[in-house]
Amino acid sequence: MPIIARTGNEAMSEAMRQINPDVVAAYPITPATEVVMLFAKFVADGLVDTEFVAVESEHSAMSACVGASAAGARVMTGTSSQGLQLMSEILPIASALRLPIVLCEVNRALSGPINIHCDHSDTMAVRDFAWIQIFSENAQEAYDNILQCMKIAEDKRVLLPAMATTDGFIISHCMEKIETLEDAEVKKYVGEYKGVNTVLDLKNPVTLGSLDLQDYYFEHKMPIVEAMRNAKSVIEEVGKEFGKLYGREYGLIEGYKLDDAEVAIVALGSTCGTTKAVVDELREKGQKVGLLKIRVFRPFPAEEIAAALANLKVAVILDRSDSYNNQGGPLFTEVRSALYDAAKKPLITNYIYGLGGREISLDDLRSIFAEQQEVAKAGKAKEVIKYFGVRE
Amino acid sequence: MPNLKDLAAKKEPICGGHRACAGCGAPIIVRQVLMSSKDPVVVTSATGCLEVVTTIFPYSAWEVPFLHNAFENSAATCSGVEAAFKALKKKGQAPAEHVNFVAFGGDGGTYDIGFQSLSGAMERGHDMLYVCYNNEAYMNTGIQRSSATPMGAATTTAPAGKVIPGKVQFPKNLTEIMVAHDIPYVAQSAVGFWRDLTSKAEKAFSIRGPKFMNVLQPCRLGWGYKPELTAELGRLAANTCVWPLYEVIEGKYKLTYRPKEKKPVVEFLKMQDRFRHLFRPGNEAILEAIQKEVDRRWEALLNKCEG
Repeated sequence: MPIIARTGNEAMSEAMRQINPDVVAAYPITPATEVVMLFAKFVADGLVDTEFVAVESEHSAMSACVGASAAGARVMTGTSSQGLQLMSEILPIASALRLPIVLCEVNRALSGPINIHCDHSDTMAVRDFAWIQIFSENAQEAYDNILQCMKIAEDKRVLLPAMATTDGFIISHCMEKIETLEDAEVKKYVGEYKGVNTVLDLKNPVTLGSLDLQDYYFEHKMPIVEAMRNAKSVIEEVGKEFGKLYGREYGLIEGYKLDDAEVAIVALGSTCGTTKAVVDELREKGQKVGLLKIRVFRPFPAEEIAAALANLKVAVILDRSDSYNNQGGPLFTEVRSALYDAAKKPLITNYIYGLGGREISLDDLRSIFAEQQEVAKAGKAKEVIKYFGVRE
Repeated sequence: MPNLKDLAAKKEPICGGHRACAGCGAPIIVRQVLMSSKDPVVVTSATGCLEVVTTIFPYSAWEVPFLHNAFENSAATCSGVEAAFKALKKKGQAPAEHVNFVAFGGDGGTYDIGFQSLSGAMERGHDMLYVCYNNEAYMNTGIQRSSATPMGAATTTAPAGKVIPGKVQFPKNLTEIMVAHDIPYVAQSAVGFWRDLTSKAEKAFSIRGPKFMNVLQPCRLGWGYKPELTAELGRLAANTCVWPLYEVIEGKYKLTYRPKEKKPVVEFLKMQDRFRHLFRPGNEAILEAIQKEVDRRWEALLNKCEG
């Protein structure tokens, strides 16, 4: 399998090229612009068969994706931040119509104030729209996640749209060594897609997007609930199969030196990589620290998280966005909720960090571990929700 | 050119029993446009009266494939369907025959909230026909002003009050804006002119690329008239030159209907409740201003047709 140097954006667009979707409708936005740009070049060079629709906004991008997917095409797009927000009206329509669109999302702070750097507020803002959401730690995972998203989204037990995310600039623009699959292998892996009940079935005309009032709407939401339930095991299945085929196995979550850990960080995205380095260093000093990486945020792997955190003294939840609810960030509130029914649970603290691309360094993570090891000793948290790395 | 006998023999694209108001002009437009297609059609629609009255689950009036996405994106959605058709065709997975893709939207979904989506889709050159069923206000949500609402008309967001006499602005000339997109076909038609409308739809369907039709649709509820007068109102709009019927093929203007006698605008206005307040003493200047603007736009159009 070829090993190449790629940025996160290049890795995602490379996966897109190899998937060779029928339709891509997209609009450029920093830091996801390259995904769209590189793909447009693939189209211009005849490297894909895709109909590329260079729309006039992200709203139209997702609208065209819905139209194309409802017509039975395999459809992909990419965006970030304000673009995802502009799409957001259409995102739940895509999931309600059960359209397996795959979106390359590059996490970026939301305006305002306007900022182009990484945090997770854009992806978190659309977390309740019945889209599968998978976070990537690095460019390799971005590549692998896009391929797997296609498989997960199109699985008949799921049939929901999916987004794989990278962290803006940190992953999207940094060059890494990644291992890609051969084109023919990807073609085989994703297989042929055939849409059902499409608007191009002229012999069996369907009406899609009906007005659905209080007598049916609720019932029509239940299959989505069911699909999200199914998605958990399908994601695990697909992740295992990917490991078997290509040597890189994926799950809903990933524990790193967690088994005997007393204090562990729980995080999403690129920060997990930084944390691993700190965990290794502290382990060498004999400190019992670990990491729980949350790979899949939707569906939320609550039971798995509760089980993984059960034996810790302290779990430190890192949120790269805030809910502005005085209750902590979205990852924190969901983890805390996941722990409610657990017989054994750790003390938990929430660090809201890195908003607008504020750097999180090895030193920062060392200090977080040090602080929380004190909490573990004291058996009591001083402050549950902390805003970390912000000037006062 | 379609004739009534042929049209009557055609399979209906939408069936009866839908929930449009008695006298609604929208289904008339849909039927006449779609029945003018020799090829199969796939329809998208903006949120609005048309979508609401034809698709209340578990019922559907549509006998042809139909997709409603949201309010402001009928054109973008249709462009996606068309792109999928092209992509699947390359793989031999699309219907073999030519398919006409038709996007419908009311004036809200076309002139206002869906304007960007429309402009984008037309500029990109998709092979599709966009049809605005223009009833000159947001009728579905209860008669609010749009940029298609005529000056002086009372709507619920531009009501005729003690100080402000209804909508203050003249309507946006969307048809001309679409002409400025330099697309192969743009036309303006109205309910009450079946031959004009079906001929234009047929012409539009014979042309590959983006097409736009703006069809005036009298709305008995929002305009305030008896349901049986819908076609009559459409004809009066044309006969007063409030709504001229014309088409622009590859930039060349052609008037498709010239009233035998250009009637005064008040004959059109006085038939409708939305203009009733204009006939109260003191509002003469508004009536004059409307007439003046209609004349100005009519002359400008004639100049383009003849020049």
